Amino acid sequence: MVRQYETVFIMTPVLSEQQIKETVQKYQSLLTESGAEIVYENNWGMRKLAYPIQKKSTGFYYLIEFKAEGELIAKLETAYKRDEKLLRFLTVSLDKHAIAYNEKKRSGGMRKQQEAAMAKQDTVKPKSQEEAEN
Amino acid sequence: MANETEIKYLTPITVETQRKKYCRFKKSGIKYIDYKDADFLLKFVNEQGKLLPRRLTGTSNKYQKKVAQAVKRARHLALMPYVADLLK
Repeated sequence: MVRQYETVFIMTPVLSEQQIKETVQKYQSLLTESGAEIVYENNWGMRKLAYPIQKKSTGFYYLIEFKAEGELIAKLETAYKRDEKLLRFLTVSLDKHAIAYNEKKRSGGMRKQQEAAMAKQDTVKPKSQEEAEN
Repeated sequence: MANETEIKYLTPITVETQRKKYCRFKKSGIKYIDYKDADFLLKFVNEQGKLLPRRLTGTSNKYQKKVAQAVKRARHLALMPYVADLLK
């Protein structure tokens, strides 16, 4: 049965931009090659973690929303588990309300998201520079 | 003896009219609680990051379960802390 899923993963902050692109692309191709249809993607960028994970206080968040068969999830999650570049991941199946909410957010609430993204970039950028110096 | 029943108050008694609690999700028609929206979920936790009980927030049982689920997901993704001091 094809269902809609949403997956978020957090990459370690030590990766270079190229490595981040590669990791994201790896999961995108993993999904599309096994017959999933990617509905939406969102790069949250560097964010501060609410608590340290593996002694890291920041991470790169990436969200993918896709339609797929249930068996694919196990495959995706084993790939996640084997990947040392990831700090955390979460895969959630979406019910009809969640799908409606996400679509509404994408079409109507775009202004909010942009503002939030701007605010995030402002706050996080100086920190990443500091870490690079250290 | 008759005077005993007549109680005189110095200040007029304020009858506590407790405002009726309501479920904000039912009232505003929210069907899905987003775990990615940590700012919103902060309304349902106390200063230590613990979930507030239904008797304080007035959330209905149906949506309290969803709030709890969303908060737990947000914690897993480090969008919210598991433990905190002076969160607000």
